[in-house]
Amino acid sequence: MSLFLRILMILAALSLGLLFLFPMWKIYLEAPQYPEGLELHIWVNKLGGSSESVLQNFNILNHYIGMEPIHGESFAELRFMPYIVIAFMIAGVIVGLLGKRKLVLIWVVLLTIAGLAGVLDFYLWLYKFGTNLNPEAPIKVPGMTYIPPLLGSKQLLNFKALSLPSWGSLGIFLGIVVSGLVYILGKTRKQPHLTEA
Amino acid sequence: MPLAFLAVTILQSCGGNDGNNKNNAVSDDVASAVYVPPGEHDELYSFLSGGFNGQVSVYGLPSGRLLKVIPVFSQFPENGYGYNEETKPMLMTSHGFVPWDDLHHPKLSRADGMADGRWLFVNGNNTPRVARIDLRTFETVEIMEIPNSAGNHCSPYPTNNGEYVLAGTRFSVPLDLEKGGMGDASLDEYKDKFRGSISFIKVDKENGDMDLDFQILVPGFDYDLANGGKGPSNDWVFFTTYNTEKAGTLKELGASQNDKDYLAAINWKLAAKYAAEGKAHEMPANYYHNKLDHGTHQAKSTLKKKVRYLLPEECPGMMYLIPAPKSPHGIDVDPTGEYMVVNGKLASSLPVFSFSKMQKAIENKDFDGEVNGIPVFKYEAVLHGEVKEPGLGPLHTEFDNKGNGYSTMFVSSEVVKWSLKDLQVKDRLPVYYSPGHLVIPGGDTREPYGKYLVVMNKITKDRYLPTGPELVHSAQLIDISGDKMRMLLDFPTLAEPHYAQAIPADKVAPNSVKFHKLDENRHPDAVKSEKDVSVTRQGKTVKINMTSIRSHFAPDNIEGIQVGDTVIFHVTNLEQDWDVPHGFAVMGANNAETLIMPGATQSLRWVPKQAGVYPFYCTDFCSALHQEMQGYVRVSPRGANVPIKFSTGERKHPPSTASVN
Repeated sequence: MSLFLRILMILAALSLGLLFLFPMWKIYLEAPQYPEGLELHIWVNKLGGSSESVLQNFNILNHYIGMEPIHGESFAELRFMPYIVIAFMIAGVIVGLLGKRKLVLIWVVLLTIAGLAGVLDFYLWLYKFGTNLNPEAPIKVPGMTYIPPLLGSKQLLNFKALSLPSWGSLGIFLGIVVSGLVYILGKTRKQPHLTEA
Repeated sequence: MPLAFLAVTILQSCGGNDGNNKNNAVSDDVASAVYVPPGEHDELYSFLSGGFNGQVSVYGLPSGRLLKVIPVFSQFPENGYGYNEETKPMLMTSHGFVPWDDLHHPKLSRADGMADGRWLFVNGNNTPRVARIDLRTFETVEIMEIPNSAGNHCSPYPTNNGEYVLAGTRFSVPLDLEKGGMGDASLDEYKDKFRGSISFIKVDKENGDMDLDFQILVPGFDYDLANGGKGPSNDWVFFTTYNTEKAGTLKELGASQNDKDYLAAINWKLAAKYAAEGKAHEMPANYYHNKLDHGTHQAKSTLKKKVRYLLPEECPGMMYLIPAPKSPHGIDVDPTGEYMVVNGKLASSLPVFSFSKMQKAIENKDFDGEVNGIPVFKYEAVLHGEVKEPGLGPLHTEFDNKGNGYSTMFVSSEVVKWSLKDLQVKDRLPVYYSPGHLVIPGGDTREPYGKYLVVMNKITKDRYLPTGPELVHSAQLIDISGDKMRMLLDFPTLAEPHYAQAIPADKVAPNSVKFHKLDENRHPDAVKSEKDVSVTRQGKTVKINMTSIRSHFAPDNIEGIQVGDTVIFHVTNLEQDWDVPHGFAVMGANNAETLIMPGATQSLRWVPKQAGVYPFYCTDFCSALHQEMQGYVRVSPRGANVPIKFSTGERKHPPSTASVN
């Protein structure tokens, strides 16, 4: 693999670092009383939001429909995911240094699987919070569940929920696309070399 | 109120066409000039004093919408100010708890001669006090009692960089320089024994804290209003005086005999220098200084025991007197700092004095004798000119940014616009009725904002739907951007505004606090988590440290209280969101509710007098389940064997022992 592609591979690995700088996903809530909106930010290692106390405010609003309070501590993923990301980054840098195409392929496939697993896990949590409601909740709407959208918007009683990936996810996206490109370019570049030889 | 009678008589004798006046005064397109569409904000904040309600009202301009009432010297059952344990100390004085005052003059804090939007200073006239309102929270955060003063009317006037706030006494009283405070004297001894005082309150540049640095003990006149110089006159403050006759009775006549009273000119910088250089004497005093701590949300009172004073006769160059006609009220310095306009309420002209002429007169010693060792200028030596026939009963003048003065005429019930250039009257506009003060945004600063004028009228009579004998006062908004004044709007005001301040919204709004951070709450009885709530008995006092959050209290079931206990509910609002206050009220409490802002702790004292089960509840509609936000306290007969027990939802164990210290 050319030096250029090796550098590209290392950049692909490092782009995962965006996960530590930006949230992966954002859920926007809008209601008549919240014209400024409420934002829940899902990071690779924590939950945050548009303000310090956003989780508390989410939970206060959600307790009327009997949703379990959301706390960062209740998600084991937030504890081990950072290590997985760091492992991917280190492995990716090593792959870049070694410059083996096959390793690039393994890295990109594993990263894609991890990314999809992450999205699936996220959906399962949304489903759990949205359906596992306290039967003694003050507000009960027969048949109503409150699963926020995974992607896109949905009206949940007085709240309009909008869910979108954020800049952190771009890190995974770049990691997959750039390393995939390294794999493909690595192939097309090698061909002329072989015929010449 | 003789002037009021006079005003009414004149209005009636003009007679007949005041209905037409009303229509002519308002042109057709004014609605759009004051219309602020729903959801949009006003261009300016205005702070109107409440006079005898002891509060400040905040109105948006140009809409005239009431935005807030800030309680200062009066208890305010609406939010518990002066009723709850945290704010009661704010109203402590050397006369004990004084839950009312007559609040006359708001003045915004200044930097570089301009209002900086940090604090608003206001005076309490009746039991002399000066208060500071923090414009981040729109709360009264400090009240200082003024010793050696009676009727703190001539107050509070800030210097251009916020070095001092000055406060002069309206009534002179006999002072006991040995023992401190008010002395005894026969009322026949007014002329010899009564003195006035002007207080210099130092203001901390960082946090605004006030400290009474020193006073000047001045001749026994009545001191009415003041204003600071600017530019060339930056170091000077001017005070109007009346009753220079020193009448002790029927002042209505006694104080109206002299053709001229005085405008007192004081070099505040020199006074501060004299005080710093050891010219000041010290006398015993007894006055309260009350301050609210932002961290604990509690006010604390400190009793001060000393005050320093200067005597003008020992401080050459510090104080002069300018003869001014006749029983003057307002003294206003134009934006350039060169002209001092005196509004002699019984005078037939408006004298405009010149600061540069005054400087020259000091140099040339153009004096016409002395009063108590204070040189008196010759009238003509310092006079720039007079505005002839401005109207009847001039009270107060402010300035626009185009070289014009605007004066209220109480008796002829009009606002008169005149030019500083030629001292000619340019325009008159009738106002309804009998204006006291007016305010032009920034009209008392180096660079007036101009554009609007708000005039505050003392009499409304037929202007609104009648409400029985007791009527509101009114404010009228006038457009002063053109050659002719244009009446835009009038709106009722609370109690009696005596003066106002107005400031562009962008100087204040961005700093407005949305809620208090719970993490930063240092109240000794704050509870930051429902797990930590407690009910503890110490002798006959029971402390309930509880929380509120949408939509319940913790605890909401409390037992073990006995008749005659002093129960103190310390309620912490756990919310950390904008505009989610919770109120707290308990049946039979002999005070008021208390309204707790998010992140704050407030405490309500309650002494139950009969056994029973008492409900308490949230008084501010906080959420969809606000009506459910309630609880019960069980009060047992004295000596009953009911242990302290408290819970929310599921039962909790009582604490193993009641703590007794």
